[in-house]
Amino acid sequence: MRRLVLFIPVGIFLGLAVLLYRGLSLDPTELPSALIGRSVPEFRLRALGQDHYLTEQALSGRTSLLNVWGTWCPTCVAEHPYLMALAEQGVDIVGLNYKDTDAKALAWLERLGNPYREVISDPQGSFGLDLGVYGAPETYVIDARGIVRYRHVGEVNERTWAGELGAAYREALQ
Amino acid sequence: MRFCASLFLWWLTLPVGAVIETYEFSRPELEVRYHQLVEELRCPKCQNQTIADSNAPISEDLRRRLYEELEAGRSDDEIVQGMVKRYGEFVRYNPSTEGATRWLWLAPWLFLGLGTLAMIGVTVRRNRSVETPRDYASDIAELLEETKE
Repeated sequence: MRRLVLFIPVGIFLGLAVLLYRGLSLDPTELPSALIGRSVPEFRLRALGQDHYLTEQALSGRTSLLNVWGTWCPTCVAEHPYLMALAEQGVDIVGLNYKDTDAKALAWLERLGNPYREVISDPQGSFGLDLGVYGAPETYVIDARGIVRYRHVGEVNERTWAGELGAAYREALQ
Repeated sequence: MRFCASLFLWWLTLPVGAVIETYEFSRPELEVRYHQLVEELRCPKCQNQTIADSNAPISEDLRRRLYEELEAGRSDDEIVQGMVKRYGEFVRYNPSTEGATRWLWLAPWLFLGLGTLAMIGVTVRRNRSVETPRDYASDIAELLEETKE
């Protein structure tokens, strides 16, 4: 019994070592979205380059991806061809043009193609703020009831689509 | 000496590196609360900075939203809760005493308690082990007796 007490420091050390080792492989920039499982925040913003307004209604009725992008964002250029491919496969994508100007955004869609069913224009970033966006690109999976199911920070590509993001989308489809 | 003095002067200038934009508040107490809250909210992009320190666009947006909500008459608690709803517990530099972050507040006291208990245990045991010294003389006499036989 006395002897066992001597092993307590070793036990504490091992516990700490495991905890800290795990900490090494965690990415502190990957924040969980506070919105998961809740409905999309209300908004009323103009559709990019058009006169009508869009509201949270535009994001319900069918499972869709909400892709946050801007022409100022290099990773958005990188993921654009993959979004085009997804749209071609029949994935419903709504764009959120975040802190950008309409002229630049329209020119970009003209040049690279438009994978979006609708593009919400959010030059002030107010809807982005309510969503908890802190950079672009970000992609949200939103189910037919307008509930946020998943948030992906960073590029959408084959690898991420084969991973959790795609899995969340397919699950939301059902 | 001169180095220390210049280091001290440099340290004095640190707060000057803070953010420049200003808002016109309708009431002076709103401004006081604004300055408290910007120090309490954390920038989601540039982690380990408050939104007061950070010049990231997202911090600028958060400060503008904070200003608007203060002017709209929301309480500090409502504003912070609103930010937590958007960005999660992460945005609070002053974590909640409920939920998972409760342990951040409790842990130091728990460890203090455990340490005190351990210390009491060790002290008590040490006191107990100081018993009357053994009577070595009679031990030796006994041994000698045995070897003689």
